[in-house]
Amino acid sequence: MSLQYIFKRLLYLIITALVVSALVFGITQILPANAATMLLGEYATADALVALEQKLGLDQPAYVQYWRWISGLLQGDLGTSLRSGLPVADTVFQALGRSLLLAAFALIAVVIIAIPLGVIAAVRRGKAADFGVSMISYIGISLPEFVLATLLLVWLTAPDIALFPASGYVPITENFTKGLWHIALPVITLAIVLTAHVMRMVRSEMADALHADYVLAARLRGLSTTTVLIRHALRNSMLPTITVLALDVGYLIGGIIVVEEIFAFPGIGRLLIVSIQERDLPMIQAGALVMAFTYALSNLLADLAYVYLDRRIQYD
Amino acid sequence: MCISIGVFNMTDFMSRLLRQPHGVVGLILLVVLAIEVILGPALAPYDPETFHYSSRLVGPTPEFLLGTDQFGRDILSRLLWGARTTVLLSLFATLIGAGIGGAIGILSGYLGGRIDEVIMRLVDALMAIPSLLFALLIITVLGPSGTNAVVAIGIAFSPGMARIARSVTLSVRTSDYVAAAVARGESPLWIMSREIAPNMLAPVIIEATIRVAFAIMLLATLSFLGLGSQPPAPEWGLMISEARAFMFRNAWTIVWPGLSIAMVAITFNLLGDALRDALNPKND
Repeated sequence: MSLQYIFKRLLYLIITALVVSALVFGITQILPANAATMLLGEYATADALVALEQKLGLDQPAYVQYWRWISGLLQGDLGTSLRSGLPVADTVFQALGRSLLLAAFALIAVVIIAIPLGVIAAVRRGKAADFGVSMISYIGISLPEFVLATLLLVWLTAPDIALFPASGYVPITENFTKGLWHIALPVITLAIVLTAHVMRMVRSEMADALHADYVLAARLRGLSTTTVLIRHALRNSMLPTITVLALDVGYLIGGIIVVEEIFAFPGIGRLLIVSIQERDLPMIQAGALVMAFTYALSNLLADLAYVYLDRRIQYD
Repeated sequence: MCISIGVFNMTDFMSRLLRQPHGVVGLILLVVLAIEVILGPALAPYDPETFHYSSRLVGPTPEFLLGTDQFGRDILSRLLWGARTTVLLSLFATLIGAGIGGAIGILSGYLGGRIDEVIMRLVDALMAIPSLLFALLIITVLGPSGTNAVVAIGIAFSPGMARIARSVTLSVRTSDYVAAAVARGESPLWIMSREIAPNMLAPVIIEATIRVAFAIMLLATLSFLGLGSQPPAPEWGLMISEARAFMFRNAWTIVWPGLSIAMVAITFNLLGDALRDALNPKND
């Protein structure tokens, strides 16, 4: 992997961040009400509005405002929330940390569940196990997170069962078991939906790998089935799976927005929804930018991992 | 009988589609869905917005086959009326995405060079925004409503469609018939729409079919979040959102609309997979 390639990809990442930031900023510019109207409410006098607009710099041209926003952003200053009055950066990064924990748990669960199931389906292609896995994955990719989450709520948090808490958050650093107990339902929801995606991919990649010449060669050499499966077929089908996992971070981000909203989990997704409802512009800008950047970064890391793992590929 | 559209053979295509089990199941489900969409309101036993005060939140009974919601509205009737909105709006959102994306992709691929490079970098950057987040941002501007949700999903889908359209354009741009059209002195617009666009039919239809499933799920999700269709519309996502406060008293209010959304999404996912296998020349 050449340094030049990494450099080029980093450049693309910066371009992506710039385009997304311009888009997000543009959107908040088109909005009928600006920050001053939001702070003072719709019954504010015209004089008060003009005064505040001047104070906030809203009377300046859009590009000046954009430049100020971007230069603040590069210094880690994302502005102040219009609702809470707190610094946006603190709120956003605190929420992001909680969401990343949620995502990490979900991804670990997916890797543990989806890869073995996909392998089993591929090995037993056309048999009952394969059919079962395919059925489950079709249902999984067709069930929106909010439906699944609501069904899990009905089933597992009903007053007479109350297996899990219906909402809320306890930091696992504060109380480990209680923290896990609160994070369980959001993680289960995300894991089920993601497992369906990843399982499908592992199955089809593994099925291709099992027909490849090198697998046949390994079998003819008399290696055991397990060795052939794990050392040869699985290893090669892992490469596309990494790409899919990275692409699925896109679903995961969408899922996180919905799941956090439903389970009242104070992460970045819920922060964004609340900010949109309250029209808290600096918060919307920062939240959207952080999410898009996380996605772009995960795609970059997946590509780099792909190149590193598969020495046959040479990008320039 | 053999209907041929260009090189595309309808009879052959159908037999390829029906050779796969998921194609058969997908087509059957599509027929059921079409009946629901066309005849839904006629089949509904009650008006979808009539309150039956004496029987609120009842489970399935002979009188109310799927039960009633918190206002005593018949769930079956609401689902049947809602099918039209939910399915047609999702198709429409996908069409918007295919239209905008297709046009951008063809233009970018046809013009090539620096313009293509710039457009594709922009498209890549937009693809770095997850669909739901993209749709949320657009709705922030447009305001929450069913129509705006459709527009938002359409725009959010267009970068992906643009990529596909561009790759098809690049593959046929150097072909003899495009060169012939250029030599005849046809206008670029004519070449793009008559010579290049028809090649896009198969890949765009495959992508669009799978996208319809996403569109349905996204549309329902936006309605659920209060950013799509507004009450009292019998939109399926909205039905779940409204019934949430009463879900422990009658879980059917959640189960039926959820099942309906999943069934439509499964229909288009199965069809999309079957189309991909049927239209893939590798499977000859």
